[in-house]
Amino acid sequence: MGKTLFEKIWDAHVVVEKENGPSLIYIDRHLVHEVTSPQAFDGLRMNNRRVRRPDLTIATMDHNVPTNDRSLPILDQTSAIQIKTLEKNCQEFGIQLFDINSPNQGIVHVIGPQLGITLPGSTIVCGDSHTSTHGAFGALAFGIGTSEVEHVLASQSLWLEKPKSFEIKVEGKRKNPHAVTAKDIILSIIKNIGTGGGTGTVIEYSGEGITDLSMEQRMTICNMSIEGGARAGLVAPDENTFEYLRGRKYTPKNYESLVEYWRENLKTDSDAKFDKTYTLHIDNIAPQVSWGTNPGMTCDVTESVPYPDEFAKGDQNQKKAAQNALEYMNLEAGTPITEIKIDRVFIGSCTNARLEDLIEASKIIKGQKVSEKVRAMVVPGSQMVKRQAEELGLDKIFTEANFEWREAGCSMCLGMNPDILSPGERCASTSNRNFEGRQGAGGRTHLVSPVMAAAAAIEGHFVDTRELDLD
Amino acid sequence: MEQFKKINSIITPLDNVNVDTDQIVPKQFLKLVQKSGFGKYLFYNWRYDENEKPRKNFVLNDQKFLNSKILITGENFGCGSSREHAVWALQDYGFAVIIAPSFADIFYSNCFKNGILPIKLDVTNVQKLRNESDEIEVDLENQKIKTKTEEISFDIDSYRKKILLEGLDDIAQTFQFEKEISQFEKNSKIPSVL
Repeated sequence: MGKTLFEKIWDAHVVVEKENGPSLIYIDRHLVHEVTSPQAFDGLRMNNRRVRRPDLTIATMDHNVPTNDRSLPILDQTSAIQIKTLEKNCQEFGIQLFDINSPNQGIVHVIGPQLGITLPGSTIVCGDSHTSTHGAFGALAFGIGTSEVEHVLASQSLWLEKPKSFEIKVEGKRKNPHAVTAKDIILSIIKNIGTGGGTGTVIEYSGEGITDLSMEQRMTICNMSIEGGARAGLVAPDENTFEYLRGRKYTPKNYESLVEYWRENLKTDSDAKFDKTYTLHIDNIAPQVSWGTNPGMTCDVTESVPYPDEFAKGDQNQKKAAQNALEYMNLEAGTPITEIKIDRVFIGSCTNARLEDLIEASKIIKGQKVSEKVRAMVVPGSQMVKRQAEELGLDKIFTEANFEWREAGCSMCLGMNPDILSPGERCASTSNRNFEGRQGAGGRTHLVSPVMAAAAAIEGHFVDTRELDLD
Repeated sequence: MEQFKKINSIITPLDNVNVDTDQIVPKQFLKLVQKSGFGKYLFYNWRYDENEKPRKNFVLNDQKFLNSKILITGENFGCGSSREHAVWALQDYGFAVIIAPSFADIFYSNCFKNGILPIKLDVTNVQKLRNESDEIEVDLENQKIKTKTEEISFDIDSYRKKILLEGLDDIAQTFQFEKEISQFEKNSKIPSVL
């Protein structure tokens, strides 16, 4: 029997195999940031251990960096200490760091691919659950905890139980590709499989609906695999993948010979079997908006906020969860999604802050003004994205519409820096999690695409973006 | 890490599904650079109101459960962020065992690195234990949960069981395979970053 792409990458990285136990898996790339690493470096120091492969390790600061003027000192003392600690640790252990003033600084999952650090067929880890993003390049990439960060720093390997394989086929063609985006595809998938639907699996996304997507759009899909419970998501690399990585700052010198090998080897065999499969037809899918407090609580923009009974389909736990969510979100069941008024708009995060996302959003904004009742901000995913966008004049389009145009970082996706919602504020956000308090204690998050966020900023409420003149 | 001993305790029931790590420890507490002292932030926004007063209806504020070492909860516990701070908070607060129908993958792995035993049980057994008001015993060595009236078995992989029972240093275990790791590196196709 043939093998899936995931199995091929797994098998190629097994260092030690044990019967009825986990395997020791080699890690090709380790990305490090300021929030989940300090305790790991401390552990190394306490045990007199070194970093085994500093040359496979890259660090940046993204989670708690301020996104206003970078020449100003960081006012939050605890954030400043965490940032300083990463600088000291990288110096002590000989790790390349893209610090707050580096032209390469940015969200770790945005800079990896942009710098050619992410490679097909490789294993990539980071102390961040959205490491799944890199799977868009056919890499086996997943988030780890701080103890595992320490383990990888020390041994460049991890003990892992082999996950199951889950194929998600995305069939058909979107009728309105400017209005119905990759974000709407992945939100539809999560809505259908549930937030635990992918637990214990690695997802491989396939089908015309995926191969049609650009690399940046595929990253949006793989990014949110974790919101469907899967630790990793994969797309088989194709010519788009190889072209995207060609000639970047850290693209390997022997790249073309690697491409030849990848072209032959990095695909699922036709007779391979997956442990689980799901198919989504996208011909008629609508723009998606989350209404609750987990990403599975999502519906079409043309629908209304569901009644807990209707959402729960007989499951008492889900009914209670929906009731709690409506209370937290201050929403009445039966309210049309397009009548939900918003206070804030956040275009940013490792899900949707790449150049294409900003271009698509800017098309809606151009020549318009943000609603007087809304405060809106754009936080580019990296300094490189910011520079590229500025070269295209996007910053002017956004600022003329009264959007704030900020420096790169995770920002209001998780609100560890000063960019947070006030209690009760309602936000249309291009990020990935609508958990209670995620964007600020008491804040209410609706997950949407960059196009929907832009349209909501102008109108002050959600709109069916298919009705806008976008083509 | 300390060796994992038998646990005897009453059970704290947290009747929620999909409890995410943002709820277990909110982001404003992730800025510490050490592993200790996170217990006071556990379930912070559920435990305390805007004025930092304990919320009466939250289970951790019920004096009855003050010394409980076992948490029982709904499916997909620990979903969301990979932050190990969530496990440090549970451990520092005093929980040693978490029982649920399912756990998010990263959270599950993180537990074992910090001496917490996560136990997956089917919904019927979880429901049964959830209503148990007497002390129970969790015996990792024999993979059994004992109540006054019955014994429930649970599964766990042998490597993780050994790490917990013996309180082993995971990294030291891996260093025994130095030869295999070096050999792998010699044959690797993926070049250095720099």
